[in-house]
Amino acid sequence: MSDITAGSAARDPHRSGGHGHGGHGHGLFPATGHGKGGPASKFVTVAYGFWIFLLSDIIMFSAFFASFAVLSKATAGGPSGKELFELTRVAAQTGLLLTSSFTGGLAMLATHRRSVAATQFWLLVTGLLGAAFLFLEVQEFATMAHEQAGPSRSAFLSAFFALVGCHGTHVGLGLLWLGTMMAQLWVKGFRPDLLRRLHCFALFWHALDIIWIAIFTLVYLLGASP
Amino acid sequence: MSDIESRIEEELDRHDTAPGEESITEHELAGGLSGYLLGFGLAILLTIASFLAAQTELIYQPAVISALVVLAIAQMGVHLVFFLHITTGPDNTNNVLALAFGVLIVALVVIGSVWIMAHLNLNMAPMTAPQAEMMP
Repeated sequence: MSDITAGSAARDPHRSGGHGHGGHGHGLFPATGHGKGGPASKFVTVAYGFWIFLLSDIIMFSAFFASFAVLSKATAGGPSGKELFELTRVAAQTGLLLTSSFTGGLAMLATHRRSVAATQFWLLVTGLLGAAFLFLEVQEFATMAHEQAGPSRSAFLSAFFALVGCHGTHVGLGLLWLGTMMAQLWVKGFRPDLLRRLHCFALFWHALDIIWIAIFTLVYLLGASP
Repeated sequence: MSDIESRIEEELDRHDTAPGEESITEHELAGGLSGYLLGFGLAILLTIASFLAAQTELIYQPAVISALVVLAIAQMGVHLVFFLHITTGPDNTNNVLALAFGVLIVALVVIGSVWIMAHLNLNMAPMTAPQAEMMP
Protein backbone atom coordinates (compact mmCIF):
# COMPACT_ATOMS: atom_id res chain seq x y z
CA MET A 1 0.00 0.00 0.00
CA SER A 2 1.15 3.51 -0.67
CA ASP A 3 2.31 5.79 2.06
CA ILE A 4 -0.42 8.28 1.32
CA THR A 5 -3.30 5.89 1.95
CA ALA A 6 -1.52 4.29 4.90
CA GLY A 7 -0.70 7.58 6.54
CA SER A 8 -3.39 7.95 9.17
CA ALA A 9 -3.67 4.20 9.70
CA ALA A 10 0.02 4.14 10.54
CA ARG A 11 -0.42 6.95 13.05
CA ASP A 12 -3.35 5.12 14.65
CA PRO A 13 -1.77 1.75 15.31
CA HIS A 14 -4.74 0.23 17.11
CA ARG A 15 -7.14 1.69 14.59
CA SER A 16 -9.42 2.95 17.31
CA GLY A 17 -10.97 5.12 14.65
CA GLY A 18 -12.49 2.08 13.01
CA HIS A 19 -13.77 0.54 16.26
CA GLY A 20 -14.85 3.41 18.43
CA HIS A 21 -18.29 4.20 17.15
CA GLY A 22 -19.46 0.65 16.78
CA GLY A 23 -19.00 0.90 13.08
CA HIS A 24 -18.87 -2.25 11.06
CA GLY A 25 -15.94 -1.12 9.10
CA HIS A 26 -17.44 1.86 7.39
CA GLY A 27 -15.59 5.09 7.57
CA LEU A 28 -12.36 5.97 5.92
CA PHE A 29 -10.42 2.89 7.00
CA PRO A 30 -12.52 -0.22 7.40
CA ALA A 31 -11.12 -2.35 10.22
CA THR A 32 -10.44 -5.48 8.26
CA GLY A 33 -9.17 -8.58 9.96
CA HIS A 34 -10.74 -7.60 13.28
CA GLY A 35 -14.09 -9.30 12.85
CA LYS A 36 -15.51 -6.09 11.50
CA GLY A 37 -15.45 -4.86 7.97
CA GLY A 38 -15.18 -8.28 6.43
CA PRO A 39 -12.68 -11.11 6.44
CA ALA A 40 -9.03 -10.85 5.57
CA SER A 41 -8.02 -11.62 2.02
CA LYS A 42 -7.44 -15.22 1.02
CA PHE A 43 -3.72 -14.61 0.66
CA VAL A 44 -3.53 -13.50 4.30
CA THR A 45 -5.68 -16.33 5.70
CA VAL A 46 -3.80 -19.01 3.75
CA ALA A 47 -0.40 -17.69 4.78
CA TYR A 48 -1.51 -17.28 8.39
CA GLY A 49 -2.87 -20.82 8.47
CA PHE A 50 0.43 -22.06 7.10
CA TRP A 51 2.25 -20.01 9.74
CA ILE A 52 0.23 -21.85 12.41
CA PHE A 53 1.15 -25.17 10.79
CA LEU A 54 4.84 -24.21 10.81
CA LEU A 55 4.67 -23.34 14.50
CA SER A 56 3.02 -26.69 15.27
CA ASP A 57 5.75 -28.37 13.22
CA ILE A 58 8.36 -26.55 15.31
CA ILE A 59 6.59 -27.76 18.47
CA MET A 60 6.85 -31.31 17.14
CA PHE A 61 10.56 -30.73 16.60
CA SER A 62 10.85 -29.44 20.16
CA ALA A 63 9.76 -32.87 21.40
CA PHE A 64 12.54 -34.47 19.36
CA PHE A 65 14.99 -31.88 20.70
CA ALA A 66 13.87 -32.61 24.26
CA SER A 67 14.37 -36.35 23.86
CA PHE A 68 17.77 -35.78 22.26
CA ALA A 69 18.83 -33.45 25.06
CA VAL A 70 17.79 -36.02 27.67
CA LEU A 71 19.40 -38.97 25.87
CA SER A 72 22.53 -37.29 24.51
CA LYS A 73 24.78 -38.93 27.13
CA ALA A 74 23.10 -42.37 26.94
CA THR A 75 25.62 -43.94 24.60
CA ALA A 76 25.41 -47.43 26.17
CA GLY A 77 29.14 -47.95 25.64
CA GLY A 78 28.80 -47.06 21.97
CA PRO A 79 30.40 -44.19 20.10
CA SER A 80 29.67 -40.65 21.32
CA GLY A 81 29.01 -37.58 19.24
CA LYS A 82 32.57 -36.46 19.71
CA GLU A 83 33.85 -39.55 17.87
CA LEU A 84 31.15 -39.55 15.18
CA PHE A 85 30.52 -35.97 14.11
CA GLU A 86 32.64 -34.37 11.39
CA LEU A 87 32.39 -30.64 11.86
CA THR A 88 33.72 -29.78 8.40
CA ARG A 89 30.76 -31.57 6.86
CA VAL A 90 28.37 -29.88 9.29
CA ALA A 91 29.86 -26.49 8.40
CA ALA A 92 29.37 -27.24 4.70
CA GLN A 93 25.78 -28.33 5.34
CA THR A 94 25.11 -25.17 7.34
CA GLY A 95 26.53 -22.98 4.58
CA LEU A 96 24.50 -24.77 1.91
CA LEU A 97 21.20 -24.52 3.78
CA LEU A 98 21.77 -20.91 4.83
CA THR A 99 22.61 -19.89 1.26
CA SER A 100 19.59 -21.78 -0.04
CA SER A 101 17.39 -19.91 2.44
CA PHE A 102 18.90 -16.67 1.12
CA THR A 103 18.34 -17.57 -2.54
CA GLY A 104 14.80 -18.65 -1.64
CA GLY A 105 14.32 -15.11 -0.38
CA LEU A 106 15.69 -13.76 -3.65
CA ALA A 107 13.16 -15.94 -5.49
CA MET A 108 10.39 -14.34 -3.45
CA LEU A 109 11.72 -10.88 -4.31
CA ALA A 110 11.61 -11.88 -7.98
CA THR A 111 8.02 -13.09 -7.45
CA HIS A 112 7.22 -9.75 -5.86
CA ARG A 113 8.49 -8.11 -9.07
CA ARG A 114 6.47 -10.68 -11.08
CA SER A 115 9.54 -11.85 -12.98
CA VAL A 116 9.05 -15.48 -14.02
CA ALA A 117 12.59 -15.99 -15.31
CA ALA A 118 14.27 -14.65 -12.17
CA THR A 119 11.90 -16.60 -9.90
CA GLN A 120 12.59 -19.84 -11.76
CA PHE A 121 16.34 -19.21 -11.68
CA TRP A 122 16.49 -18.55 -7.94
CA LEU A 123 14.12 -21.44 -7.19
CA LEU A 124 16.45 -23.71 -9.17
CA VAL A 125 19.48 -22.45 -7.22
CA THR A 126 17.56 -22.97 -3.97
CA GLY A 127 16.68 -26.51 -4.97
CA LEU A 128 20.22 -27.41 -6.00
CA LEU A 129 21.65 -26.10 -2.72
CA GLY A 130 18.99 -28.02 -0.79
CA ALA A 131 19.78 -31.19 -2.73
CA ALA A 132 23.50 -30.77 -1.97
CA PHE A 133 22.63 -30.40 1.72
CA LEU A 134 20.54 -33.56 1.60
CA PHE A 135 23.33 -35.43 -0.19
CA LEU A 136 25.81 -34.59 2.57
CA GLU A 137 23.31 -35.70 5.20
CA VAL A 138 22.64 -39.04 3.51
CA GLN A 139 26.40 -39.49 3.16
CA GLU A 140 26.83 -38.88 6.88
CA PHE A 141 24.06 -41.34 7.79
CA ALA A 142 25.53 -43.99 5.47
CA THR A 143 29.00 -43.54 6.99
CA MET A 144 27.61 -43.86 10.50
CA ALA A 145 25.56 -46.93 9.66
CA HIS A 146 28.66 -48.44 8.09
CA GLU A 147 30.62 -47.84 11.33
CA GLN A 148 28.06 -49.86 13.31
CA ALA A 149 26.64 -46.60 14.69
CA GLY A 150 23.12 -46.92 13.33
CA PRO A 151 19.95 -45.88 15.14
CA SER A 152 19.71 -49.18 17.01
CA ARG A 153 23.16 -48.87 18.64
CA SER A 154 22.21 -46.65 21.59
CA ALA A 155 19.52 -44.34 22.91
CA PHE A 156 21.73 -41.40 21.94
CA LEU A 157 21.91 -42.58 18.34
CA SER A 158 18.17 -43.33 18.20
CA ALA A 159 17.41 -39.78 19.30
CA PHE A 160 20.04 -38.41 16.90
CA PHE A 161 18.66 -40.22 13.85
CA ALA A 162 15.06 -39.36 14.78
CA LEU A 163 15.81 -35.64 15.14
CA VAL A 164 18.22 -35.09 12.25
CA GLY A 165 16.39 -37.60 10.03
CA CYS A 166 13.10 -35.79 10.63
CA HIS A 167 14.68 -32.53 9.52
CA GLY A 168 16.20 -34.27 6.49
CA THR A 169 12.77 -35.67 5.59
CA HIS A 170 11.36 -32.17 5.74
CA VAL A 171 14.09 -30.93 3.41
CA GLY A 172 13.39 -33.81 1.02
CA LEU A 173 9.66 -33.08 0.98
CA GLY A 174 10.46 -29.39 0.54
CA LEU A 175 12.52 -30.26 -2.54
CA LEU A 176 9.56 -32.17 -4.03
CA TRP A 177 7.33 -29.18 -3.28
CA LEU A 178 9.89 -26.84 -4.88
CA GLY A 179 9.99 -28.94 -8.06
CA THR A 180 6.19 -28.90 -8.21
CA MET A 181 6.17 -25.12 -7.78
CA MET A 182 8.67 -24.67 -10.63
CA ALA A 183 6.57 -26.85 -12.93
CA GLN A 184 3.34 -25.08 -11.98
CA LEU A 185 4.92 -21.66 -12.41
CA TRP A 186 6.21 -22.70 -15.82
CA VAL A 187 2.77 -23.88 -16.96
CA LYS A 188 0.44 -21.46 -15.20
CA GLY A 189 2.37 -18.27 -14.53
CA PHE A 190 1.66 -16.00 -11.56
CA ARG A 191 -1.95 -16.94 -10.80
CA PRO A 192 -3.29 -15.90 -7.38
CA ASP A 193 -3.39 -19.50 -6.11
CA LEU A 194 0.18 -20.07 -7.26
CA LEU A 195 1.33 -16.90 -5.54
CA ARG A 196 -0.15 -18.25 -2.29
CA ARG A 197 1.62 -21.58 -2.71
CA LEU A 198 4.94 -19.94 -3.51
CA HIS A 199 4.61 -17.79 -0.42
CA CYS A 200 3.86 -20.80 1.79
CA PHE A 201 6.86 -22.60 0.30
CA ALA A 202 9.12 -19.67 1.15
CA LEU A 203 7.86 -19.69 4.75
CA PHE A 204 8.46 -23.44 4.95
CA TRP A 205 11.99 -23.18 3.61
CA HIS A 206 12.99 -20.39 6.01
CA ALA A 207 11.48 -22.35 8.92
CA LEU A 208 13.59 -25.39 7.99
CA ASP A 209 16.72 -23.26 8.19
CA ILE A 210 15.68 -21.96 11.61
CA ILE A 211 15.34 -25.57 12.82
CA TRP A 212 18.75 -26.38 11.34
CA ILE A 213 20.29 -23.57 13.44
CA ALA A 214 19.09 -25.38 16.55
CA ILE A 215 20.33 -28.73 15.22
CA PHE A 216 23.86 -27.66 14.33
CA THR A 217 24.20 -25.83 17.63
CA LEU A 218 22.66 -28.28 20.08
CA VAL A 219 23.42 -31.58 18.35
CA TYR A 220 26.68 -31.11 16.48
CA LEU A 221 28.59 -28.27 18.14
CA LEU A 222 27.65 -29.23 21.69
CA GLY A 223 28.04 -32.92 20.91
CA ALA A 224 31.51 -32.45 19.47
CA SER A 225 32.79 -29.96 22.03
CA PRO A 226 35.04 -31.40 24.73
CA MET B 1 -10.52 -14.62 -10.40
CA SER B 2 -12.86 -12.00 -11.84
CA ASP B 3 -11.96 -8.36 -11.92
CA ILE B 4 -14.50 -7.40 -9.25
CA GLU B 5 -13.33 -10.16 -6.91
CA SER B 6 -9.74 -9.06 -7.19
CA ARG B 7 -10.74 -5.47 -6.50
CA ILE B 8 -12.58 -6.55 -3.36
CA GLU B 9 -9.53 -8.54 -2.33
CA GLU B 10 -7.36 -5.48 -2.66
CA GLU B 11 -9.71 -3.48 -0.44
CA LEU B 12 -9.71 -6.18 2.21
CA ASP B 13 -5.98 -6.60 2.03
CA ARG B 14 -5.19 -3.05 3.02
CA HIS B 15 -4.60 -3.40 6.76
CA ASP B 16 -3.65 -7.05 6.98
CA THR B 17 -0.44 -8.68 6.00
CA ALA B 18 0.46 -12.32 5.77
CA PRO B 19 3.53 -13.56 7.65
CA GLY B 20 6.60 -13.10 5.53
CA GLU B 21 5.02 -10.78 2.99
CA GLU B 22 7.61 -8.72 1.13
CA SER B 23 5.47 -5.58 1.24
CA ILE B 24 5.68 -5.40 5.06
CA THR B 25 9.23 -4.11 5.07
CA GLU B 26 9.49 -2.98 1.47
CA HIS B 27 10.58 0.54 2.34
CA GLU B 28 12.74 -0.33 5.32
CA LEU B 29 16.29 -1.46 5.85
CA ALA B 30 15.08 -4.96 6.70
CA GLY B 31 13.17 -5.26 3.44
CA GLY B 32 13.96 -5.93 -0.18
CA LEU B 33 17.37 -7.01 -1.42
CA SER B 34 19.23 -4.99 1.24
CA GLY B 35 17.29 -6.84 3.94
CA TYR B 36 18.15 -10.28 2.56
CA LEU B 37 21.80 -9.32 2.08
CA LEU B 38 22.03 -7.89 5.58
CA GLY B 39 20.33 -10.95 7.07
CA PHE B 40 22.58 -13.30 5.10
CA GLY B 41 25.70 -11.44 6.25
CA LEU B 42 24.65 -11.41 9.89
CA ALA B 43 23.68 -15.09 9.77
CA ILE B 44 27.09 -16.00 8.31
CA LEU B 45 28.88 -14.02 11.02
CA LEU B 46 26.83 -15.66 13.77
CA THR B 47 27.39 -19.13 12.29
CA ILE B 48 31.15 -18.58 12.18
CA ALA B 49 31.03 -17.28 15.75
CA SER B 50 29.18 -20.45 16.84
CA PHE B 51 31.73 -22.76 15.21
CA LEU B 52 34.60 -20.77 16.73
CA ALA B 53 33.01 -20.69 20.18
CA ALA B 54 32.57 -24.46 20.12
CA GLN B 55 36.20 -25.16 19.24
CA THR B 56 38.23 -22.40 20.82
CA GLU B 57 40.06 -22.82 24.11
CA LEU B 58 39.60 -19.15 24.91
CA ILE B 59 36.18 -19.53 26.52
CA TYR B 60 35.80 -21.02 29.96
CA GLN B 61 34.53 -24.49 29.06
CA PRO B 62 31.31 -24.67 31.16
CA ALA B 63 30.26 -21.34 29.59
CA VAL B 64 30.48 -22.62 26.02
CA ILE B 65 26.93 -23.98 26.11
CA SER B 66 25.53 -20.58 27.11
CA ALA B 67 27.52 -18.87 24.37
CA LEU B 68 26.22 -21.34 21.78
CA VAL B 69 22.60 -21.00 22.89
CA VAL B 70 22.80 -17.20 22.82
CA LEU B 71 24.37 -17.24 19.35
CA ALA B 72 21.70 -19.66 18.06
CA ILE B 73 18.85 -17.56 19.43
CA ALA B 74 20.44 -14.45 17.90
CA GLN B 75 20.65 -16.16 14.53
CA MET B 76 17.02 -17.28 14.75
CA GLY B 77 16.12 -13.67 15.45
CA VAL B 78 18.06 -12.57 12.38
CA HIS B 79 16.14 -15.09 10.27
CA LEU B 80 12.79 -13.97 11.67
CA VAL B 81 13.48 -10.28 11.10
CA PHE B 82 15.29 -10.30 7.77
CA PHE B 83 13.97 -13.42 6.03
CA LEU B 84 10.47 -13.83 7.49
CA HIS B 85 9.82 -10.07 7.86
CA ILE B 86 8.42 -10.33 11.37
CA THR B 87 7.99 -6.81 12.73
CA THR B 88 6.36 -5.17 15.73
CA GLY B 89 3.94 -3.29 13.49
CA PRO B 90 0.18 -3.50 14.05
CA ASP B 91 -0.30 -5.45 10.80
CA ASN B 92 1.93 -8.16 12.27
CA THR B 93 0.30 -8.58 15.69
CA ASN B 94 -1.43 -11.87 14.85
CA ASN B 95 1.76 -13.38 13.48
CA VAL B 96 3.83 -12.30 16.48
CA LEU B 97 1.26 -13.61 18.97
CA ALA B 98 1.14 -17.00 17.25
CA LEU B 99 4.94 -17.08 17.26
CA ALA B 100 5.07 -16.14 20.95
CA PHE B 101 2.67 -18.96 21.81
CA GLY B 102 4.80 -21.39 19.80
CA VAL B 103 7.96 -20.25 21.58
CA LEU B 104 6.22 -20.70 24.95
CA ILE B 105 5.29 -24.31 24.18
CA VAL B 106 8.74 -25.08 22.78
CA ALA B 107 10.38 -23.65 25.91
CA LEU B 108 8.05 -25.61 28.20
CA VAL B 109 8.67 -28.89 26.37
CA VAL B 110 12.46 -28.58 26.11
CA ILE B 111 13.33 -26.93 29.43
CA GLY B 112 10.72 -28.97 31.31
CA SER B 113 12.00 -32.27 29.92
CA VAL B 114 15.65 -31.49 30.59
CA TRP B 115 14.92 -30.23 34.10
CA ILE B 116 12.72 -33.14 35.17
CA MET B 117 14.89 -35.83 33.63
CA ALA B 118 18.02 -34.37 35.25
CA HIS B 119 16.31 -34.53 38.64
CA LEU B 120 15.15 -38.10 38.03
CA ASN B 121 18.71 -39.05 37.11
CA LEU B 122 20.01 -37.41 40.25
CA ASN B 123 17.50 -39.24 42.46
CA MET B 124 18.29 -42.66 41.02
CA ALA B 125 19.97 -45.02 43.46
CA PRO B 126 23.63 -45.50 42.58
CA MET B 127 24.42 -48.66 40.71
CA THR B 128 25.62 -51.62 42.75
CA ALA B 129 28.74 -53.49 41.73
CA PRO B 130 26.91 -56.57 40.28
CA GLN B 131 24.61 -54.26 38.31
CA ALA B 132 27.57 -52.37 36.94
CA GLU B 133 29.11 -55.60 35.74
CA MET B 134 25.96 -56.45 33.81
CA MET B 135 26.11 -53.18 31.86
CA PRO B 136 27.15 -53.74 28.24
